[in-house]
Amino acid sequence: MSLLTDPLVQRMLLVAIMVGATAPIVGTYLVHRRMALLGDGIGHVALAGVAAGWLAGSWADLADQDALAIPGAIVFAITGAVVIERMRARGIAAADVIMAVMFYGGIASGVLLISAAGGSNANLMGYLFGSISTVSWNDVWVTVGLSVVILVVGLGLRPSLFAVTHDQEFAYSTGLPVSALNMVVAVLSAVTITASMRVVGVLLVSGLMILPVAISQMLTHSFSKTMSFAMVIGVVLCMVGVGITLFYDLQPGALIVVLGVLLYVVVASGASLRRRRRRRNEMAAIA
Amino acid sequence: MAAANRNSPATPLAAEARGVRVRLGGHEILHGVDIMASPGEPVAVMGGNGSGKSTLVRALVGALPLTGGTVRIFGEPRSRRTADRVGYVPQRMGAGSGVAATALEVVTSGLLGAGHLRPPRDAKQRAVAALDDLAVGDLAHRDVSTLSGGQQQRVLIARAMVRDPELLILDEPMAGVDVPSQEALAAALTRRRDAGGAIIIVLHELGALAPLIDHAVVLDQGCVTHVGEPPHALGAHALPGHDHDHAHTDVPEPPASPFAWEVRK
Repeated sequence: MSLLTDPLVQRMLLVAIMVGATAPIVGTYLVHRRMALLGDGIGHVALAGVAAGWLAGSWADLADQDALAIPGAIVFAITGAVVIERMRARGIAAADVIMAVMFYGGIASGVLLISAAGGSNANLMGYLFGSISTVSWNDVWVTVGLSVVILVVGLGLRPSLFAVTHDQEFAYSTGLPVSALNMVVAVLSAVTITASMRVVGVLLVSGLMILPVAISQMLTHSFSKTMSFAMVIGVVLCMVGVGITLFYDLQPGALIVVLGVLLYVVVASGASLRRRRRRRNEMAAIA
Repeated sequence: MAAANRNSPATPLAAEARGVRVRLGGHEILHGVDIMASPGEPVAVMGGNGSGKSTLVRALVGALPLTGGTVRIFGEPRSRRTADRVGYVPQRMGAGSGVAATALEVVTSGLLGAGHLRPPRDAKQRAVAALDDLAVGDLAHRDVSTLSGGQQQRVLIARAMVRDPELLILDEPMAGVDVPSQEALAAALTRRRDAGGAIIIVLHELGALAPLIDHAVVLDQGCVTHVGEPPHALGAHALPGHDHDHAHTDVPEPPASPFAWEVRK
């Protein structure tokens, strides 16, 4: 058990627990509103922010070129999320195409800028697919800060956020501040993506937000339980994924997402088996 | 009776909309509609498909912005604050429902509002009581997406009723609803009216609610074409499939001409 006393392992597990618990919170709201892919798009935009942070870092001659990557990602991700939310709220017809331009523009310019700023392919891969094995105490504190925001806002405002994602028209009629609450969902998505980027990378971040929710919703009938189960599943997936990479040389972000997909397939087939058996029993009862 | 009350300044109208205009997707849907409702006197909003009935009630509750006209609720301009006195029943369950939600969770969301982003302490008891009032208390922990159309409608009505609204606004609550649900709804609305509640209800036909309603506003292509006694069921709506067997002791005789309301106007 000397592994657990290794500071790097401690940092990795701490970050994995926080990210695993917080990513499904916003994921639940996004799935409920049928915007499961939003996180994917904002992740793409966040990469442009990382790159902008890198470029700013190299212009400012910072010793640690990475120092401005997270602030850059937060700024870009929040801006992207706010723009998307405004287009959604106004029902802009071309929103679909504009989002595609933003997403691919974000990822392509991110890749270009990072290489222009002197980043290596390893740096790039770290942002695209996660680099939890290089996590510093500084990263841990940033993740703690972002996670606290997500937990306090995402869980504290759950009744209101449920109301606006469940039935916006009714939410308006009650006097809830609908636009502000929608903006909260958008900004929380951006914060979640920035927090999870370290573990799973911008390309897989949406998987960590959505997969635990997709698994959890097959196991319960209520919104709040779906969210709680998803948080537990998220933590377990991240810890098991990180744990396995301590013994086998595998890419942690990809492993966590693959584990999630496997669990999804197992639970989905279990659920469909149960449904079929129940139907057969009902048929037998009729006959 | 109604007309006198409606113009008396002593009792403010529960709802008073004047010259309401709404544009959707570049087209004006409502061209200056007036509608008023007083406590204890339910008003039906009637008219064909596309006449603007739903648009009107959505504008009344603030779900759509007005491009002209005014809406006053109990004498005050409509705002997020006046929303506390209003209960709204949309036509269908909202777009959300990617994730399961129990009837209890849906009804509890009716206790939120401008000053309260979290439900009160007694939220659960109140939500259960509201479901019981519509005889769906046993469904409290069921996922709403697995309920029948009529049961879902009753949950939506419970969500509005749990607010204990002085003004209840319903959008076609009877559409595609089974007979027991229609009866539960008619009973709940009658109790609400007898308690002095104001009701605005969009209806395709009066049906089981005929005994409750003596006042209607009829819309056609976004304009008011009739105000007064509700028009009687016509054409297909008078066919046996749309019949019901309640006693109509307190309903006036049907107008002689199918276009009686046009003539009277």
